[in-house]
Amino acid sequence: MSVRRLAQVQPASFAFSPATLKRARELMTHFPAGRQQSAVIQILWLVQKQEGWVSEPAIRAVAELLGMPVIRVLEIATFYTMFMLEPVGEVALVQVCGTTPCQTRGSEDLLAVCQRKFGPSNHRSADGKFYWQEVECMGACANAPMAAINDYYYEDLTAESFEKILDDFAAGKKPKPGSAIKRQGAAPDGGPLTLTDPKLYDGSLAKKIKIPNLPGKPPKAAKASA
Amino acid sequence: MVGILADKDRIFLNIYGVHDWGLEGAKARGCWNGTGDIVAQTPEWICDQMKASGLRGRGGAGFATGLKWTFMPKQESERPHYLLVNADESEPGACKDREILRNDPHLLIEGCLIACKAMRAHTAYIYVRGEYVHERERLLAAIKQAYDAKLIGVGNIHGWDCDVRVTHGGGAYICGDETALMESFEGKKGQPRLKPPFPAGAGIYGCPTTVNNVETIAVVGAILRRGAAWFAGFGTEKSTGTKLFAGSGHLNKPCVVEDAVGISVKQLIEDHFGGVRGGWSNLKAVIPGGISVRMIPADQCDEAIMTYEDLQARGSGLGTGTMIVFDKDADLVKAIARAAYFYKHESCGQCTPCREGTGWMWRVMERMVTGEAEMAEIDLLLDVASQVEGHTICGLGDAAAWPIQGLFRHFRHEVEDRINTYRARKGSYAGASIAAE
Repeated sequence: MSVRRLAQVQPASFAFSPATLKRARELMTHFPAGRQQSAVIQILWLVQKQEGWVSEPAIRAVAELLGMPVIRVLEIATFYTMFMLEPVGEVALVQVCGTTPCQTRGSEDLLAVCQRKFGPSNHRSADGKFYWQEVECMGACANAPMAAINDYYYEDLTAESFEKILDDFAAGKKPKPGSAIKRQGAAPDGGPLTLTDPKLYDGSLAKKIKIPNLPGKPPKAAKASA
Repeated sequence: MVGILADKDRIFLNIYGVHDWGLEGAKARGCWNGTGDIVAQTPEWICDQMKASGLRGRGGAGFATGLKWTFMPKQESERPHYLLVNADESEPGACKDREILRNDPHLLIEGCLIACKAMRAHTAYIYVRGEYVHERERLLAAIKQAYDAKLIGVGNIHGWDCDVRVTHGGGAYICGDETALMESFEGKKGQPRLKPPFPAGAGIYGCPTTVNNVETIAVVGAILRRGAAWFAGFGTEKSTGTKLFAGSGHLNKPCVVEDAVGISVKQLIEDHFGGVRGGWSNLKAVIPGGISVRMIPADQCDEAIMTYEDLQARGSGLGTGTMIVFDKDADLVKAIARAAYFYKHESCGQCTPCREGTGWMWRVMERMVTGEAEMAEIDLLLDVASQVEGHTICGLGDAAAWPIQGLFRHFRHEVEDRINTYRARKGSYAGASIAAE
């Protein structure tokens, strides 16, 4: 478990932007009547997108919107580690994966870059522009090591390429997410070794087919496995 | 041929995102082909076909999918049935569902429709992990395409009303457990529920629910299109079909790839992952199925094959089929200590053995990394691990214990050496200080 508390300094109030409120009300309709609480994580996420973090007045506002006790929303905001409970960097929230698969491929170098550039983790940098933290597995292990910057994944990093990306952010640019060594998604470096048969992509698979084993005939597969 | 599966037998034809992920591209690759004929069949026929295919759940536990679907009530009642797709992929090493979500989302959507028919459900929810923002955007766009083309939704062209909705989590590994997933889905803390009641009896909102992994649902359409016997023709009797595998760690070319279940560990690494860094002889150990399974040492990797039963016999498991590879330079103690930290961080805190045990195990493991430990603490650690294992509501306690058990089963001598080295060094310092006086 990780201990997470609300920030000491809280804003006086919170108001949904019209866009956030519209999307929140739409999400609530995705669940059966009376079950709008199911949208709470999604709505807290919208709040975080709007404000950059989740404040105590925002938690109250979400509770009111969903007709939930405030304590239940507070519980969600503190349980789920994606919710930032204090203001993050104005330019970027940098989350470096430090779990074993990334660690074996050099995530410690990336952590050192952040430490050197921005100071201690889980704090804003001195200029207020960045906020960095080490996070648990982000699910991009075949492209390790990686970091999520403002929600999008930057993969196959080295200390140098990572620093370059961070410098670009600091300079107000928007570096393109994805592999820093120009890999095609999660394909092996140098290009896919499989899926090279052109027949897969010439449209022949879209021709009308007859579904096998339809009722009326003895199911072949059942025989095979018996 | 690279690997043991021919291109024509692959299900995921856009796993690398080279081609169009959208509806037109998916249709050209055979998705949504004949779906109407499949959905027109009875739920019993679909379940029988799935049983005959031998498909086992791809989320790690490996439960027979067709059998799982038959647990749903045979009659619709005032309590609606739900399909809940588990896209909360958070296991260290696992990165396969992500490729489906972002590059082949229509296979998943089509699978949802067919699975809904098989379990008499009219709503499928896909719970995507919160960090997968890009993947979620893709999936939402693909679902919109499917609604616009009337492939899903109320009054769709396939004749079975089925809404597909996306929801997401907030960064908690524990929500990958099916009951924690349901709690989180309902807008609560992701703390697992006791079973029974099983989800097929009382799942989300107390209604009959089936939870399936993304890959499990995404292969359904292809299996029924090509026939159960085709799928059952790959692998072994108990581990059939094709599957996505992923490699990370000390590999020359880590990647995600589809191949037949039953491919050997060595061939998977050599053919698809570009080999171990420094060559096969430089291999030290493999964690074959995501970090929660026990590692297997290099000498067993020559014969090991990627099936449920073979890896289980080696004290490990197929899990999600996503391996982490360590070469001879790897610090395994440190790697497992980091895994122990992961479990400490992700424990939901509901059960005492896990809440207290994961933190305790991590702290001891950290000392083992430097060697600053007593020799007797190794057995104490294993004793605590065995007391966490099997004494918690969900599998996270087991998952926290297994990597540690795997380390000591095969590499206990490394930790002992470290403790000895640390003590020897300490001894010489003490002697040095006496000599200085």
